[in-house]
Amino acid sequence: MPKTAVKPVTEQAIVQPLHSPAQLHFRTLRLDTPFQPRIDAAMKTNDWYDWGGYRAPASLWDEELEYFAIRSQAALFDISPMTKYRIEGPDAESFLNRLTLRDVTKLKTGRVHYTAWCDDEGFVLDDGTLFRLAPNRFRLCCQERHLPWLLDSAIGFDVTVTEETEVVAALALQGPTSFAILREAGFEGVERLKVFDLAEFAHEDGSVTISRTGFTGDLGYELFVETRLALSLWDRLWQAGELRGIRAIGYTALNRARLEAGLIVANADFVTAEHAIRADRVRMPDEIGLGFMVDLEKGHFNGRRAIAEARAKGRLRHVLVGLEIEGNIPAEHAIVYHRKKKEVGLVSAAIWSPMAKRNIALASLERPYGDSITDDLWVEIYAMRELKYERLMKRAKVVQRPFIKLDRRTASPPAEF
Amino acid sequence: MTSFDAIVIGGGHNGLTAAATLAKSGRKVLVLEAASEIGGAARTEEFAPGFRAAPAHLLNRLHPEVVKTLELERHGLALGPIAPSVALSRDDKPLTLHGAYGESLSGASASEAAAWQELRAQLLRYAGILKPLLARRPPELGNMSLMETSAFAMTGLSLRRLGKEDMRDFLRMLLMNVSDVADEHLDDDRLKGLLAFDATLGSHLGPRSPTSLLGLYYRLAGEFGRQPGAQALPAGGMGAVVAAILRAAKAAGVSIRADAPVARILAEKGRAAGVALDSGEEIRARTVVSAINPHSTFLDLVGTREIDTGFVRRIKNIRMKGDAAKLHLALDRPPEFSGVDAAGHRGRLVIAPSSDHVERAFNPAKYGEFSPEPVMEITLPSLSDPTLAPDGACVLSAVVQYAPYALKEGWEAGKPKFLAAIMARLELYAPGIGRLVRHAELLTPADLEARYRMPGGHWHHGELQADQMMMSRPAFGAAGYDTPVEGLFLCGAGSHPGGGVSGVPGLNAARRIIEMRG
Repeated sequence: MPKTAVKPVTEQAIVQPLHSPAQLHFRTLRLDTPFQPRIDAAMKTNDWYDWGGYRAPASLWDEELEYFAIRSQAALFDISPMTKYRIEGPDAESFLNRLTLRDVTKLKTGRVHYTAWCDDEGFVLDDGTLFRLAPNRFRLCCQERHLPWLLDSAIGFDVTVTEETEVVAALALQGPTSFAILREAGFEGVERLKVFDLAEFAHEDGSVTISRTGFTGDLGYELFVETRLALSLWDRLWQAGELRGIRAIGYTALNRARLEAGLIVANADFVTAEHAIRADRVRMPDEIGLGFMVDLEKGHFNGRRAIAEARAKGRLRHVLVGLEIEGNIPAEHAIVYHRKKKEVGLVSAAIWSPMAKRNIALASLERPYGDSITDDLWVEIYAMRELKYERLMKRAKVVQRPFIKLDRRTASPPAEF
Repeated sequence: MTSFDAIVIGGGHNGLTAAATLAKSGRKVLVLEAASEIGGAARTEEFAPGFRAAPAHLLNRLHPEVVKTLELERHGLALGPIAPSVALSRDDKPLTLHGAYGESLSGASASEAAAWQELRAQLLRYAGILKPLLARRPPELGNMSLMETSAFAMTGLSLRRLGKEDMRDFLRMLLMNVSDVADEHLDDDRLKGLLAFDATLGSHLGPRSPTSLLGLYYRLAGEFGRQPGAQALPAGGMGAVVAAILRAAKAAGVSIRADAPVARILAEKGRAAGVALDSGEEIRARTVVSAINPHSTFLDLVGTREIDTGFVRRIKNIRMKGDAAKLHLALDRPPEFSGVDAAGHRGRLVIAPSSDHVERAFNPAKYGEFSPEPVMEITLPSLSDPTLAPDGACVLSAVVQYAPYALKEGWEAGKPKFLAAIMARLELYAPGIGRLVRHAELLTPADLEARYRMPGGHWHHGELQADQMMMSRPAFGAAGYDTPVEGLFLCGAGSHPGGGVSGVPGLNAARRIIEMRG
């Protein structure tokens, strides 16, 4: 058969998804993670929330103190519900290069980068972290589920994509004493990990992948392990951390830390393209502060044409900014005004930052506001005070993200504390 | 080495039409054909010593704009006389539609003939509304130019001109099935069978499938000799039509290379840059025009690396599994179909005894089996053009349905059985024909796929149904001939309006390229 002869339709490859336990989700409305016995034991507040179908702690004992565990001790946070894909094969690199915005050829084995991916129209489907575990093996971690999109993106590539959310347990260990705990736990060589490095370490009869990554802007690590070794890993860390102030934490505390670090959350700070119902809610990378990822020089990738055209024609209508707001009342979901009159955007997340000692927020504004016009911006805060809204009009200033910068996050070798 | 402004992949009639039109605009154009002969499915080939035929055997939609733009008459296009359609019957005499799709009938009762005239006029009137839409580039939703908007408005206006009652009926019937429409007006099974056959020819539909009337509108939107619905057997076979287009292309300065299969379309940063041949040779050009199948174009030649996932999904979902087989018989002498006169034998003979019969023939195709009593349209091209067969001998050319591309038992086992089923049908209408057969060539959709590089063996290169027409043909994002890959254009039957020897996709694509300064 000549090379270009038409392949019969019946012989064309169909990418088969592996059967996923998630398909039986309706039998258990909220799943337990592999760490559930330990989390249940630590749970004092019974403050749960739903993270991608899992029963996850919003707080465990005291959200204030949990936050301070991140900043002054070490916080252990169960990230098993995070969506995880294993991407493997000779074309894994070129598949990911076509899928995502950044240049994957520049991501070396043993490294991690933060990236995002778009649909044909250039609207962001999700952001996430890409781990290069081996030259031809990657792990993609993100907020939402994308298996159909990944499988269809694999057409024409020699690559397999496997959903591994259920089979890989993961923990984030974040905070100044996190390195000391890992060393204490006997992970030899962990001091060599620089920010965004990853390496494999022995654990029981298996291994654990540790990366120097996190969602707090602090010194911290993320650990991935097969589910059967999950509890023994937790115990190993817990034991090693006893004298280093290790604490289990929930999402509320983590959310404060990530906001101080200026990090965005899909479907909280922007609406992902597959979830948006209203046509104007979708966002291009440049509209949510991810424009730096877009590499127009690397060759084709999903959404390239649409993004290049939107840039050329000035069709980027929104901008995501960090705001510093006067006073100390968090401006969560407050409307942003120009000259106190014209509505120009919305705050998607806001807190009083204990580290920055400032009232901070992330907001999505309509250009040119937040872009070329940054003066005279105001937020309208409705503070409920004993069944009465106190309406406050507070001045907001566009500031650089991250809101805090900690030298210990990047120090190499990491400090002991 | 000569450099080219545009490379056209595929030397079928649409590729040649696009190439000739582009060359006339002053561009240097190269046509690359994978086979050793130009013409695609319209090329005439010898299938037995001294016997020649082409898969496409009737001319019923070659567009007058194409004839005019390429000056095909000056380049030797000889249009034969209008051919009648004969609806064969076993219980009755055949019924003949004379002139342009039955301007008059013979063999029908006076009341049936009167009812037919009314229905025919109505069908042609409604097909006439759709005709401009099936000739122009489809409108771009949300991004219509003033020209497009006004052209669209003209369609609205022509609808209004129908009058209230007619407009209501047009809209009522638009997505109906052909069987119900025929039943509303007609009694004669032969006539209803013919309409059922024509509406479903070349598609995976039975006459009772919703929207099957659209297929008949598509057929009637075609014309021959300025007469809507008319058909002819081209003198010299379909090959002569291709030859005229080829001469026009050459006269305009088009370079043509046969035996030059393209392995890849070169894309650089989202832009087409040329092609690489199977031989490894690379030819660069500013514009690449693909006259081949859209699925092959994007998934095989461009490759999924250069296009977006959503677009790949849409291309992959194009339905294109053919149901039509092609039969060529080399006969010792012309066969005699019972009750058909000499003029009838020079026309189109249809075996589709009733609408029910066509529907029953379709049923097994839904489940991957061929029709045990297939329906077919037959021509005897050598009667009009003796050069197609040795002296005294005859070529029979027939399009036969339903022969599903993905036959459950496989075509290797199924083909002899299907041929026997066809011959059994032919024997009923032309007794003794079996003894005249010197050689039989049956091309199943699997054969058509391999020989003519038509995925699914589908001559429209994609089902021609409501969801794959207009701005959805071949798929959203490539419906206007330009594609997501800058500098790459489509110009084949897989594009709007669809298949058949019309030249419209080729002409429209070339005009789009000229408009975009490609």
